Amino acid sequence: MLLREVEYARPSTVEEAIQLLAQHEGARPLAGGQTLVNVMKARAAAPDVLVDLADLRELREIGFSSDGLLEIGAMVTYAQLMSSSEVEVARPVLAEVAATIGDVQVRNRGTVGGNVCVADPTNHLPPLFVALDARFTIRGAAGERTVPADEFFVGVYMTAVAEGELLTKVSLPPSNGAGDGFAGVTVGRHGTYIVDAAASVGAESARIAIGCVGATPVRASEMEERLAGSDFSSDAVRSAASNLGASLDPPSDVHGSAEYRRHLAEVSAVRAVVQAAARRKGGT
Amino acid sequence: MAAPARDRTISVEVNGESIEYDVPARRLLVHFLRDDLGLTGTHVGCDTGNCGACTVHVDGEAVKSCMLLAVQADGARITTVEALATDGQLTPLQQAFHEHHALQCGYCTPGMLMSAAALLERNPRPSEEEVRIAIQGNICRCTGYVNIVEAIVAVGEKA
Repeated sequence: MLLREVEYARPSTVEEAIQLLAQHEGARPLAGGQTLVNVMKARAAAPDVLVDLADLRELREIGFSSDGLLEIGAMVTYAQLMSSSEVEVARPVLAEVAATIGDVQVRNRGTVGGNVCVADPTNHLPPLFVALDARFTIRGAAGERTVPADEFFVGVYMTAVAEGELLTKVSLPPSNGAGDGFAGVTVGRHGTYIVDAAASVGAESARIAIGCVGATPVRASEMEERLAGSDFSSDAVRSAASNLGASLDPPSDVHGSAEYRRHLAEVSAVRAVVQAAARRKGGT
Repeated sequence: MAAPARDRTISVEVNGESIEYDVPARRLLVHFLRDDLGLTGTHVGCDTGNCGACTVHVDGEAVKSCMLLAVQADGARITTVEALATDGQLTPLQQAFHEHHALQCGYCTPGMLMSAAALLERNPRPSEEEVRIAIQGNICRCTGYVNIVEAIVAVGEKA
């Protein structure tokens, strides 16, 4: 397919990339291109300048910070998450979820930064990062800032990354023995989620985020409060999830009515929390 | 600093041959391969990233060449289906497709072969489940996949 004319640049440093993004109106960062190239074909996006991040090696790294945060560069691919020993040790749920995104070819090219910056409400990583209390590092001409996951996702296709800025990495706090879970219902075995839920469960508390039910991931705050100090038995989790659906205002579409999504939100949240609780270390 | 431009001279290695080529930034890799280099074994099926008929290897990994700009491949090593058989001699994978009747119309076959070849490179004796995951991004509208899966598993069994 013939795309609209576009200019292309391939900076070799993050600073250069930010300069290019700031200098050119209508410039967009190009990560793996597994969404952007397709929306350019559909003319749903028509950037004037593509700033390809391919040569920015520091954005491709996975490692630990001095204070024990798992740091994932924005250009890390899903395939890299799946084979990373750091991810396996610190937050294995990331590898599990990455393995269910798209297909082999998409996982070889698609990136963590692309997934969260596209901020499609059906993407897998946004609710997961909200549940894991991730921090997003954003760099711009004025310097670097860190945004918590609860503030990173702003709307459909909108994040805290402003024009002329670049997401450089996503950092996850040490689990401290917490277990993580992810559950949902897809269209077909490997298709897009109708509703998904992510949970991170510690000794006495849980963080739970629901995806596909709003413009951004929705924290199940009331369920979290009910689970404070809980023994996280199946019965306790199920009872804490009651009325979660009623608190949501999900969309209706060809894959499911709003009512069905409310039901799935409760089912998915229970499954994610039960899975997460069973994976806690040190036992309670 | 590299100024943005509508064209770029890319250096790629395609099926072992080093090539320098001036391409428009908007050209998809699949069109560079088919229209500029004449390597028409790589097919365009859906043009939306769903069907996998355009699968090639970039630096040894299976990718959909309709979801990549040619300029993004600058500096990469690209392998297309044309690199499989040498001097008319089929690879064991191609031979297995022939023996197991793993194609009917054949349109998806180049992509299937490249996805399967990438799998066998990493995992020479894949299980049926592993094969099914590996070709999840490749759509076949004729066979129902059974013979394709059998063919790929059979290559592993002979390895």
